Amino acid sequence: MKFGVLRFPGSCDEVDALGAARRVADAELLWHGDSDLKGADAIVVPGGFSYGDYLRAGAIARFAPVMESVIDFAEDGGLVLGICNGFQVLCEARLLPGALLVNANRRFTFRQVELEVLNSGGSFTRGCSIGERLSIPAKHSWGRYHADGETLAAMDRAGQIVLRYAQGENFNGSVHEIAGVSNERGNVFGLMPHPEHAVDELMGGSTDGLKIFESMRLTVEGAHV
Amino acid sequence: MSEDPGVATAGSATASGIASAQQPTLEDALALGLTRAEYELVCEKQGGAPNQVELAMYSLLWSEHCAYKHSKKLLRTLPTEGPHVVMGPGENAGAVDVGNGQVCAFKVESHNHPSAVEPFQGAATGVGGILRDIFAIGARPIAVLDSLRFGEPCAGTTGDGDDAPQSTPNTRARYLLDGAVQGIGHYGNSIGVPTIGGEVYFEGPYEQNCLVNAMALGLGEREKLVRSAAAGPGNVLVLFGARTGRDGIGGASVLASAELGETGGDEDKRPTVQVGDPFEEKKLLECSLELLERGLIVALQDLGAAGLTSSAAEMASKGEVGIDLDVARIPLREPDMEPFEVMVSESQERMLCVVEPQNVEAVRALCEKWEVNSAAIGTVTATGRMRVFDGTKLVGDMPVRALVDDCPLYDLAPEKPAAAIYPPPSATLAVEASPREALLALLAAPNIASRRPLFEQYDAIVQSRTVRRPEQADAAVLALEDGSALAVSIDCNGRRVAADPYRGTIEAALECAANLACVGAEPLGTTNNLNFGNPEKGHIAWQLTESVRGLGDACRALEAPIVGGNVSLYNEGQTAGPIYPTPVVGMVGRLPDVGRAGRLGFARAGDVVALVGPFAPSLAASELAKLRGEPLPDGLPELALDEAIAAQAVVREAVRSGACASAHDIAEGGLAVALAECCLAGGLGADVTFGELFAGADPHEALFGESPGGFVLSGAPDALRELADAASRTGVVLAPIGTVSGGALRIDFGDRSLAATLEELTNAHTSLSELFL
Amino acid sequence: MRAHVLIRPKAGILDPQGEAVQRALPALGFAGVTNVHVGRLVELDVEEPAQLESMCERLLANPLVEDYEIVLAG
Repeated sequence: MKFGVLRFPGSCDEVDALGAARRVADAELLWHGDSDLKGADAIVVPGGFSYGDYLRAGAIARFAPVMESVIDFAEDGGLVLGICNGFQVLCEARLLPGALLVNANRRFTFRQVELEVLNSGGSFTRGCSIGERLSIPAKHSWGRYHADGETLAAMDRAGQIVLRYAQGENFNGSVHEIAGVSNERGNVFGLMPHPEHAVDELMGGSTDGLKIFESMRLTVEGAHV
Repeated sequence: MSEDPGVATAGSATASGIASAQQPTLEDALALGLTRAEYELVCEKQGGAPNQVELAMYSLLWSEHCAYKHSKKLLRTLPTEGPHVVMGPGENAGAVDVGNGQVCAFKVESHNHPSAVEPFQGAATGVGGILRDIFAIGARPIAVLDSLRFGEPCAGTTGDGDDAPQSTPNTRARYLLDGAVQGIGHYGNSIGVPTIGGEVYFEGPYEQNCLVNAMALGLGEREKLVRSAAAGPGNVLVLFGARTGRDGIGGASVLASAELGETGGDEDKRPTVQVGDPFEEKKLLECSLELLERGLIVALQDLGAAGLTSSAAEMASKGEVGIDLDVARIPLREPDMEPFEVMVSESQERMLCVVEPQNVEAVRALCEKWEVNSAAIGTVTATGRMRVFDGTKLVGDMPVRALVDDCPLYDLAPEKPAAAIYPPPSATLAVEASPREALLALLAAPNIASRRPLFEQYDAIVQSRTVRRPEQADAAVLALEDGSALAVSIDCNGRRVAADPYRGTIEAALECAANLACVGAEPLGTTNNLNFGNPEKGHIAWQLTESVRGLGDACRALEAPIVGGNVSLYNEGQTAGPIYPTPVVGMVGRLPDVGRAGRLGFARAGDVVALVGPFAPSLAASELAKLRGEPLPDGLPELALDEAIAAQAVVREAVRSGACASAHDIAEGGLAVALAECCLAGGLGADVTFGELFAGADPHEALFGESPGGFVLSGAPDALRELADAASRTGVVLAPIGTVSGGALRIDFGDRSLAATLEELTNAHTSLSELFL
Repeated sequence: MRAHVLIRPKAGILDPQGEAVQRALPALGFAGVTNVHVGRLVELDVEEPAQLESMCERLLANPLVEDYEIVLAG
């Protein structure tokens, strides 16, 4: 199985995502200007500051040639994971509902946060149980999730709200403490915290992020059976 | 391009004779910061009065900032060689060997004056500049640390009698702090380099002159390091990166030609502030590293202070060659820029490289891939002269030696001050305050309180190397691929240096090495940023001379040579006098087993708490003395340098062997504060008894006295007993003083005691959060 | 034709930047200021002003959370 990790001008955590993905399967970087996904079985849209966050975070990256292919890939049911800036890109591309706004405290904030799994068993949280806590670092200044009431209700009904910040952990003001959401079909998932930075005990004590990558691998390999 | 307009012949030592529309005068030279004598020397070197372009370039290259006129002779006394040194001072950054064919490049630099004007951009571009120095030698930047100083966040106290003192917020200090932290975060986070550590101090003398120093580290391959000496007459100079605008020209505007009347004469057109773009630099970084990886360039230099002028001149000087340069070829951001403006512009995110002619096309293609502007702007010559053209017109012609090497260097005239230079700090704690009150006041003091509200604004983990994040250990730790790790610390207590420039500076270096020891690392090399007042004044010259003497002695004793650094002088306010002498020291070390990197917090109830190393606490120039409003003492107590170094070795070994569960050095606030910090970091209390060690000592002195060399260790009883035995064989004392236990810190001293719960300690320790609402 | 596109947060969405400005003004001595919002300005020269709306919908603004106003400067 192979992950394709996108790289835009200004991506920062793509190398970290590549390293994390390689702990569970093959992985390769995909250049933004090239629409060839190189046979990737799953796509990771990484964190960072693509295009300097100019205009709006993710607003320009969503139009990159590689993203056209990713949108087709997602429409065909392919797995797409968006992390932080990647989540912003997926919302801008309308592959995920809602939008990410400036943190309520208006500041970039880096903190190890506790997340609660609200929906498990899907492509990205296979093997997690409902209510399970994941310890994953978050680091961003535009991470406040927003969607209108109607959209939120629909997402709730469809089980699209996958992760939320545990009590007291929501530093960015996200509505309903939402930390990670999926699309209706369940094949596209975005979250603000960085699972690729929770894959090694040595680097902060938590390997909970690995569960997400592992889950994607299981889904892809299950599908091939 | 190098056509001679017939006015001057190459190699001629006589007048360049190139008149400019506006021929500058002595008055202009003085306005640009040259002295009369320096101006006359320039005229001599040029064989006549310099023209506009030439004067602009001399005035910059002969400025204190570029030429180190008052410090170069002193800096030559510092130790710069050692078994690990791969690149010493004189290049864009220094580098030490870290095994497996890899080097760690590092350096610290200041951006003090711009940050006082515009703290966000000043600090941001400070980070940008130091990062460029790292990748200019071919190393990938892997970390940033910041070292900041501002005025007190609370100005004075009012209130009388039993009322709690009311203090008024110092809006300027808070504004500078907030701006600087946001600027550093903005730049470092955006470019994907983690900010892993740093320090901040708040003292009255920094009120008008804040200090913003930024240190960066990079990793590179020893065989692939690139130097900046231009070489190969006929080779092409390529400028790449952002377009050139009028950033930073400010002071040179006096040279502007009168013809700019209709649009010019407007200060707004020539901003003194440089504006940074980390996204542009990210592209520049990747492009530069790929150019080096592909072997496409001969030499590389970043454009920093004095822009193209200093980069081109320094490259030529190091290579002992000449350069012909055409400003008309430089991609500009603003219309109608004059040649001198192009030469002195400090627009950010630009690099200059030397390329063999057959590689120029490949270089430009690679720049295009990374969406980075590039232009061939000149050639390396054998003339030994810097010739600036505007198209075919020669507008400046100077001997490279005169520009770079012949700048006069001055001797300092040090004079120990007869009277105190600095006013005593304002008192915020009564002398009668109990030890418990003193402990809580110290933990809440701006110089000691938790820096979490600052460092949470920095991404400390991008690039996935960070093993110890801020507040987890005394030094930051970054994993290397082979299972070893780098450790870094940056330190200086300016107030203590003011009390005793020689000993205070030794303490700064010792503090760095002690922090490294606490994570198990051995020093490899040192960088330093000397921040001082006006060196032409006897007492400042004395501070500088004594400080450099201390730095040299310390680095020799620690076997941690200086591989590079920076000097920032003239940090004096109009009315408030000079800053505290602040020789910021940055040190890099290595530990063999990343899995054994030390931690500062107590780990387990039942562990023994021990005091290690020389312990002769004194309240002289301590943080407690500061809170009490005491004036600076004249001199610090003598340092037990050898004992301190021996203790470091013991602690380092203890951490490496896994014998201790935590290690923390004793610094500001003394032993009691160190113990509290260990409790806070570990979320565990401790019961401590000051036994014989402290018999007869004044309790405040024993609890809060500061003298370098001591550590607090914790660990299993057996392990610590063995450690004590081993330590005593090298003459180092390891004395058990208590046990990790409960939810409070309790210290018994003689027949008195103090106690504070973890909650009380935390409440005091989190006082800085209100500065960042 | 010169156009100015003003982009502001949709009503009802928390605007912490607007709030921060609103808090800071009284401290500088400016009283009686309410309803502060902070947005973005995009200025452009366009040959076909009719395309501006589409530009806003697709790139310049995020219609989910932002309102935009197009001002033609002639």
